[in-house]
Amino acid sequence: MSRTGASLSEDRRPEGESGDEPATDLAFDEADRRLLNDFQRDFPLVPRPYAEIGREIGVGEQSVLGRFSRLKGLRALSRIGAIVAPQRTGWSTLAAMAVPFPRLQAVADLVSSNDAVNHNYEREHRFNLWFVVTGPDQAAVQQTLAEIETETGLTVLDLPLLESYRLDLGFPLQWT
Amino acid sequence: MTAAPQRQERASTEPVEPIDPIDRRLIAATQSGLPLVPRPYRALADGLGLSEREVAARLGALLEAGIIRRIGAVPNHYALGYSANGMSVWDIDDEAVSALGRRIGALDFVTHCYRRPRRPPVWPYNLFAMVHARSRDEVADHVARIAALAGTAARAHDVLYSTRILKKTGLRLTG
Repeated sequence: MSRTGASLSEDRRPEGESGDEPATDLAFDEADRRLLNDFQRDFPLVPRPYAEIGREIGVGEQSVLGRFSRLKGLRALSRIGAIVAPQRTGWSTLAAMAVPFPRLQAVADLVSSNDAVNHNYEREHRFNLWFVVTGPDQAAVQQTLAEIETETGLTVLDLPLLESYRLDLGFPLQWT
Repeated sequence: MTAAPQRQERASTEPVEPIDPIDRRLIAATQSGLPLVPRPYRALADGLGLSEREVAARLGALLEAGIIRRIGAVPNHYALGYSANGMSVWDIDDEAVSALGRRIGALDFVTHCYRRPRRPPVWPYNLFAMVHARSRDEVADHVARIAALAGTAARAHDVLYSTRILKKTGLRLTG
């Protein structure tokens, strides 16, 4: 199924509720932890990368593949991904809306249903809906924002990136 | 080498170079994840009508150019217990924001750090620093460290905690 179809039902994760069972550390051994933490960048560009990773952590290729599959099943791993720099393959912006609470769910659903939206978060603030809009160029992104304003009758803040101070090189996981 | 690791990403006023159509298809094919098979680049290559060697070479060139920032495991921070996500936002003197942004971006608990435009009067903040932690108390400790670093250059700040992820997908390429 398309990723669009997976939006609301699967990705809703109320904090402190059981929507996304935190996988306990007990579920992971040392090799699992290294697979999650040590290979967030510099994935080997060789014909058999999983065999190469296995050599580094002392397990076989099939074990690496089986572990990654299992971690994916546990939702500890989202994917082996290629992270694209913002605004290098088109245009994107961070958008924010102050939605009156009674309308929040309906407006959030409308925003999430837009194919140009790839992140949508509810946050505790007067500006309570935050989402990323992408498109081939700035005009297309602004057109999407204008459509959302028209459909909702609410103002959308357009907060494009001006300067980045951190390259996303992964995030060190702590196993306490 | 042109792609120094500390290179700043382009500002919004700079033109975006068009991306090679084959590279664009290759990036799109990777967005749902590298296949978990012994030869993932061959699997990608088969789907795109390319050779395995060309796929690896193109991915390497995209990394070198900074168009792909990294290839690797993308952990699900929420499932791993990093359930508190605070977007800290700061109103920083324009003269100080770039130097301070680089120092804040270098903190290990900050996952993203960007300068964005203010939208007065409703939105006075021009620096965004995303903090992931296991609890809101831990986020608050991290934010206090950022505040100490910013000192008087920060006129005001706020922390917006996420309460729900309504949608999160990989990049979808259009056009």
